[in-house]
Amino acid sequence: MLCKRIIPCLDIKDGRVVKGVNFVGLRDAGDPVEVAKRYNDQGADELCFLDITASVEARGLLYELIERVASQVFIPLTVGGGVKTAEDLRPLLNAGADKVSINTAGVNRPEIFNEASHFYGAQCVVAAIDAKQTRPGFFEVFIHGGRTPTGKNAIEWAREVADRGAGEILLTSMDRDGAKIGFDLELTRAIADAVSIPVIASGGVGNLQHLVDGVVKGGADAVLAASIFHYGEHTVGEAKAMMRAAGIRVR
Amino acid sequence: MQTIAIVDYGMGNLRSVAKAFSHVAPDQRVLITSDAKEIAGAERVVLPGQAAMPESMAALNASGLRDVLNQVSREKPFLGVCLGLQMFFETSEEGPPGVGTPALGWLKGRVARFPKPHVDLDGSVLKVPHMGWNAVHFPESARSHPCWAGVAEGSAFYFAHSFYAVPADEAAVAGITEYPRPIGVAVAQANIFAVQFHPEKSADAGLRVLQNFSTWNGSF
Repeated sequence: MLCKRIIPCLDIKDGRVVKGVNFVGLRDAGDPVEVAKRYNDQGADELCFLDITASVEARGLLYELIERVASQVFIPLTVGGGVKTAEDLRPLLNAGADKVSINTAGVNRPEIFNEASHFYGAQCVVAAIDAKQTRPGFFEVFIHGGRTPTGKNAIEWAREVADRGAGEILLTSMDRDGAKIGFDLELTRAIADAVSIPVIASGGVGNLQHLVDGVVKGGADAVLAASIFHYGEHTVGEAKAMMRAAGIRVR
Repeated sequence: MQTIAIVDYGMGNLRSVAKAFSHVAPDQRVLITSDAKEIAGAERVVLPGQAAMPESMAALNASGLRDVLNQVSREKPFLGVCLGLQMFFETSEEGPPGVGTPALGWLKGRVARFPKPHVDLDGSVLKVPHMGWNAVHFPESARSHPCWAGVAEGSAFYFAHSFYAVPADEAAVAGITEYPRPIGVAVAQANIFAVQFHPEKSADAGLRVLQNFSTWNGSF
């Protein structure tokens, strides 16, 4: 049986790990390599790096950072932020990323999923979807780090990216991100049921029960969290013990 | 100094495998190479892979390395990883519908795609790609394989694949994973060892397999 994954997420800005609420009010949370090693030692199943600077000047810093982490931490690494074309995946994969997440560029030009999947394989193409409930029952896709509404229905968009060749969906609820009140389970369940590729639930984890809920109630294949791990509130090991106790298979 | 040659045929990311070998075998030379002489001169050879089969086989054929690989596949400890394992078989369903892609043919059998929908034993739908950590079980015949030394039966390894090998020769199966039915995720035949999972991304268990390979003399 396949294990459910726990994925600590490291938002990267100017080479440091940061965490904010609803994408603003950033606080420093440490050196990425040290943080990555700590999570690896705790038994993290995978790590996710989201580069929220994503400026052209900072790109080289990101490659160096991935290179450093990948030389010391031997678990899968997903990297996102600033990917504009399928060609942009190559330097990230070469630096040591195993998967690359595509968000804004995918909405602007959905063919990027077909191209990236064709060249590099579906297993390294992650569609990142930032969604917000903008009216009852309607989850809307937002881009540009959550600043720009697109009018797109998140569930339909999830189906489309899967059809185009994405190998996984990283689903972030903007309503919940940083709020520590748990995943948006309605959104998570709707998307997990709509596609046959794995779905990573993100946004809103405030305690370990939220991780359990994401899998059991939300139907997520993996759960992503940042602040509960970064500030030492919980270890990944504690999270796994909690999930195991709830009957979820973990590594 | 011994050399581990990681075959560069122009596809996919080889550096993760190289980094992991450098980590577990610091006293060896880890070479990413597309040079036939370097491959022929290395003590051990690794064929990684992670992209699509048709493009990868086309790149391998265009690389001019098939002859040397055919040769060393009979002589040296030879490791296949992920798509590398799939390439060792005769043919893959991945490619033009009904035609697929001919592969290296060192191992008898074919490569199939997980069906769509991929239905679990309880009727629910399983996700494809098979992505994440899953337990690998060792058949009795392979439990003593040197590449498994120090690896606990049932250890979890990291997988990310939509196609899987169907070995024709059951005796070649060295590792089994259930998704939901048992599939051969490691194969061993003489000096060849290959794994569908990513040992370079499977934390301690994976590093142990790579370390074992780095000292394996190729006999089993």
